[in-house]
Amino acid sequence: MSLTFKKETFRDDFSFRNSPASIRRFPFPFNEDKYMYAVNMEPHVPAGPPNHSYNKLIDVDEHFVAEMEDRAKVLKEDPLRYQALPHMMTAQWDTLELLMEQQAQGFPEHFSLDRDGDRWHWINRPMGIDRHFVFGDATTLPCEPFEFITRQAQGDFCIVDQRDGNLWMDAGMVTTQADWSLDFDVGMNFMEWHGPVPLAHQLGVFERALKFLLNLQQSKPVRRLNWTMTINPRLDTSPENYHKWGPDRATVTPENVGDKVHLRCELQSLWRLPRSNAILFVIRCYLIKMEELVTISKWARRFHRVLRDLPPELIDYKGLTRYRPVTVEWLSKFDDGAPTSPGIFPD
Amino acid sequence: MTVNTDMSVRVAAITQVADKVKRFRLVREDGQPMPVFSGGSHIVVGMREGAVLRRNPYSLMSAPGDTSGFEISVLRVEKSRGGSAFLHEKVKPGDRLTVSQPLNLFPVDQRGRKHLLMAGGIGITPFMAMMDQLDRNNRAFELHYAVRTRGHGAYWRELQGRYGEQRVKVYCDEENLFIPTQAILANQPLGTHLYVCGPAGMINGVLGQARGLGWPAQNLHAEEFLAPPLGKPFKAVLAKSGKTIEVAAHQSILEAAEAAGIDAPYLCRGGACGQCETNVTACTGTIEHNDHFLEPQDKASGRKIMICVSRIDGSQITLDL
Repeated sequence: MSLTFKKETFRDDFSFRNSPASIRRFPFPFNEDKYMYAVNMEPHVPAGPPNHSYNKLIDVDEHFVAEMEDRAKVLKEDPLRYQALPHMMTAQWDTLELLMEQQAQGFPEHFSLDRDGDRWHWINRPMGIDRHFVFGDATTLPCEPFEFITRQAQGDFCIVDQRDGNLWMDAGMVTTQADWSLDFDVGMNFMEWHGPVPLAHQLGVFERALKFLLNLQQSKPVRRLNWTMTINPRLDTSPENYHKWGPDRATVTPENVGDKVHLRCELQSLWRLPRSNAILFVIRCYLIKMEELVTISKWARRFHRVLRDLPPELIDYKGLTRYRPVTVEWLSKFDDGAPTSPGIFPD
Repeated sequence: MTVNTDMSVRVAAITQVADKVKRFRLVREDGQPMPVFSGGSHIVVGMREGAVLRRNPYSLMSAPGDTSGFEISVLRVEKSRGGSAFLHEKVKPGDRLTVSQPLNLFPVDQRGRKHLLMAGGIGITPFMAMMDQLDRNNRAFELHYAVRTRGHGAYWRELQGRYGEQRVKVYCDEENLFIPTQAILANQPLGTHLYVCGPAGMINGVLGQARGLGWPAQNLHAEEFLAPPLGKPFKAVLAKSGKTIEVAAHQSILEAAEAAGIDAPYLCRGGACGQCETNVTACTGTIEHNDHFLEPQDKASGRKIMICVSRIDGSQITLDL
């Protein structure tokens, strides 16, 4: 399938929209009419109806070029959104290999990778990049290998090092985050960077998740979905830029809910990296407007019920307090009380 | 849902490398490249002998970047439970086996300024892959390798040839040469990481000396592969599966469960990774905890068992399996 890449923005005039096909491939995060934290990890294998975002293990969609342009702008304003500690160089090459392989296999019309031993040739047609380099020799690339490839791949990327029975956030490219900061978390371990999350600690979720991840195997990536909400289709909702997006939350009115309020879904996948034994953590962000979401009636009904019945701690932690009532009221018009089918995919 | 990523392999070559040690080269049957791995990784080798399926873990010793095949070295154990005897006596070039994806429970700490490796006997194998990786990445390392006799020691000549006698030092029991651990451990630059692989006595001795000299715990790494110890036979009641199985003297609970057709979770089969942790609901007898994974309080509670290496001295155990 050949993609047509859109010209659009995630800031200023916010021209981001999903095409009807893009709406149907959205990774809707709720498999039932309520939500609570769980270690909801499953094998990351191709799944879903044709063209769904689950079809390829590293997904590329119509927003690719625009998202990469937005990332370049974020990095120009704040270079610390990319960081890699010195001992992570082997893991950087592991990541470059994984992303190039997956993008070239999944979307051969747009990307290609040719290898002759350590001499590699990478072509990224949508961005007009054609590069010969030597795998393992960072001097043959314009920047570090992890930065090079993550300027050409949708989603945020963290590489966590595994040692002392824990995982350490020792490298990252983070420009599309839901209010967390790589610069603050870099060097922290798994328990430390999850410190602020409410309720889940008492449920023992993080102990179980850590134990699971320490034994993550090569060739067996896993995925989970996480979600929050964002006002305006803004990818960069970072703590560093809170002054830019925080006030947006006070601008929601009954008239503009459909256009301004977005469900923000993170398709997270975790991959054991072969040479470094580190883990690549991909946090791929998808946005959908309320008026786009309600075109799928199952999702309209279900999201209304989830948002209406959300535990207060989660409303607060996810920052939904101000605009949740007006959004629930707006969504209620699309919920006739009919039962919803199991699973996340559209009917 | 479980995803099976085991690979079918053919034995491409078998080489006698020392007394009682054979090297096996394994290549994929489907012609695909082997996965790249990190030094210190092991694989679980599946061997079928008639109705019996054996699964034993072995460290990968081939170069981590070599995707043409995997190599393991197998010591013929005196009181073999079957695996090493089968590989030594029955397996011939061309035979088929299965191997799991590589798993690393003994990785290099990438922050190390220098890597100090100490091997005893067959414990050399993970270091073969580790040294290849360290050498390629231009990292400082030295190996101290204890062997019983020069004839028993596998690979020492080859390693000295490749990395030089300054970096590879061999100590032979028969010649009354022993690793001068105290002197070595007392004279290392800051940021050195220590890795020990060999018999339990050696690991405990070396790590004890290192701790005594003030080495930080984070800089100490060891791997001891436990074969499931032999014991007395007993019954295991598997509550979830609704089955009662006999665990023979030479079998682990995991092996007995697999023989009864139960798909129990496992990864390392050596008591280290924690994957096969199982809840105990009743036990007539005493649990013999042989693993390196459970915390002392968990062992004392009698509520948990690692079924790959631990068993009971008694008549019956009831498991949440």
